[in-house]
Amino acid sequence: MMATEESRQGRAASPGMAAGPLLRLDDGDAGVRAAGTPVMETAALRRAMAEAADELAGLADAAGDDEAAAVLAVQIALLEDEALTEAAFVAIAGGTPADVAFRAALDAQVADYAAAEDAYFRARAADLEDLRDRVLRRLAGVAERALPGDAILAAADLPPSRFLAVPWAGGGLALERGSATSHVAILARARGVPMLVGVALRGLEDGAPALLDGAAGTLVVRPDPATAAAFAERRAAWEERRAVEAAYLAKPAVTADGTRVRVMLNIAGPDDLAPLDPAHVDGIGLVRSEFLFQGRDRLPGEEEQLAAYRRILDWAGDRPVTIRTLDAGGDKPIPGLTRAGEGNPFLGVRGLRLSLRHPEVFRVQLRALARAAVAGNLKVMVPMVSVPDELRRCRDLLDEALAGLEGEGVPAARPPLGMMVEVPAAALSVADFDADFLSIGSNDLIQYTMAASRDEPELAELAEPSPAVMELIARVAVHGAATGREVSLCGDLAGEPRHVPALLGAGLRTLSMAPTSVAAVKAAVARWRAAG
Amino acid sequence: MMNGHSRGSVLLRHEVGLHARPSVKLTKLAKSFQSRIDLGLSAEGPWIDAKSIVKVMAAKAPKDTELHFRAEGDDAADAVAALVGLVERDFDDGD
Repeated sequence: MMATEESRQGRAASPGMAAGPLLRLDDGDAGVRAAGTPVMETAALRRAMAEAADELAGLADAAGDDEAAAVLAVQIALLEDEALTEAAFVAIAGGTPADVAFRAALDAQVADYAAAEDAYFRARAADLEDLRDRVLRRLAGVAERALPGDAILAAADLPPSRFLAVPWAGGGLALERGSATSHVAILARARGVPMLVGVALRGLEDGAPALLDGAAGTLVVRPDPATAAAFAERRAAWEERRAVEAAYLAKPAVTADGTRVRVMLNIAGPDDLAPLDPAHVDGIGLVRSEFLFQGRDRLPGEEEQLAAYRRILDWAGDRPVTIRTLDAGGDKPIPGLTRAGEGNPFLGVRGLRLSLRHPEVFRVQLRALARAAVAGNLKVMVPMVSVPDELRRCRDLLDEALAGLEGEGVPAARPPLGMMVEVPAAALSVADFDADFLSIGSNDLIQYTMAASRDEPELAELAEPSPAVMELIARVAVHGAATGREVSLCGDLAGEPRHVPALLGAGLRTLSMAPTSVAAVKAAVARWRAAG
Repeated sequence: MMNGHSRGSVLLRHEVGLHARPSVKLTKLAKSFQSRIDLGLSAEGPWIDAKSIVKVMAAKAPKDTELHFRAEGDDAADAVAALVGLVERDFDDGD
């Protein structure tokens, strides 16, 4: 039978490229063991727990970083707590075998966390499962399976303690479950291990050669020679580029002719900042506040929003932080808020259009932002503005929020109010808008200018920045320079080194991008000089 | 020997509530005192053992919960003051 290439798409959790045999991991079932008397079983479980605690302490020592040590400290503390195993020892005394009793006791707690409303508590179910399986393996006398560091590990989920036991050396990780905020994803980013989550592994053969692209989110098994060659080429180029770019990461971005360019971050929430060094960037150019609504069915309150905004401002210190108000609709539906069944959601009630129709929701966000503005260098930006009146109404609502807070004696400050330029009409009549600053959203600006969906692979050519799009970008940059308004660009274009020369040539001096693009863009800026 | 009773409460401001790492810190601090210490999510309880990380984490206290401590023992007042202080300082970390 001819082996055929299979490609699976997951979600990127940690960038990088890995090639190696696919290693399917089971869920750590310990198999059958012979049970003894209740006294023997009690002793066996105590011994297994002590051994597991020793293993965890050893891993924590070897881990050598705070993130890993903290993850393991939680498991060690759980293991030391009698309350973890009370029910198990009672069951053992009543004649239940140690493994059955321990599994039942832990499963009940796992189920409790798995049912939690809050994503952080749900994620703790994985930590308890990790601990459960480690003790069960010790109980069964199963030695920890040594996992190679140069394979692509594929599993439903991988507990942090097992991740830390892998001597990573060029391998990668593909998980069916998990999320980019799980402990293991944080560890993978910190250690530079390429990782995907949400990838379907069913039907993929153990031991088959595989290629993993952590940035693109792809896993290819049994690659065709052509795919493998192309991947090897991209990987080599990527590694070489990384080495060169690493030298630029910590330095300010300066063009070859000495012009300073501000490099800012696009983030989806405070969690994205954990592995990043604020000294490497000039601020945060885009916070997508939709993160506040993720994984929940109710809208977060003012205090909760305020705390999240403050966490971001704390990270940034004196650096500017631009928070975009809720940009729901289009490809970002929020149940209960956005409209289901719009014929053409990208041209529908989305972004500011939606916020202005839900003042009760918008008001909470504006109040939280005005309160957060006391704590740092905060700017507020609104998405999907088409006509000046929309921005005016937004400013009125901000005024109202500020007046309300003042009346209540709650500390607040007026943040600069800017707008995204992503609708061609706004770019064409940009001078009519009463915006304190402007940020070009190139993804939507391109799709609306070219009338081409960015999700349509057959139209990829039209998604490239055309002269028409560049003219709109230059128009906004010129207006900003003439009126003293800051203009930035925060779409995907800003993070692609090959487009940096055109953007700088159009007059932009502030680019905002995903954290993984910072070094490469700084390197591209350093190569550029103004024409003539 | 005098037996002391002490109570105190504090607003939990930690962004993600009383989750894994704050729970480790809270229970470790509680265990450094002789007194029996209980944690409640309301002034009337129910009360859980503040020295048990399993029970403290399982309480799944979200952000903006008022945490109530009550302690009984020789160092009861010190214990409550220390625990309230830890929560007030947001568990001494920024995350």
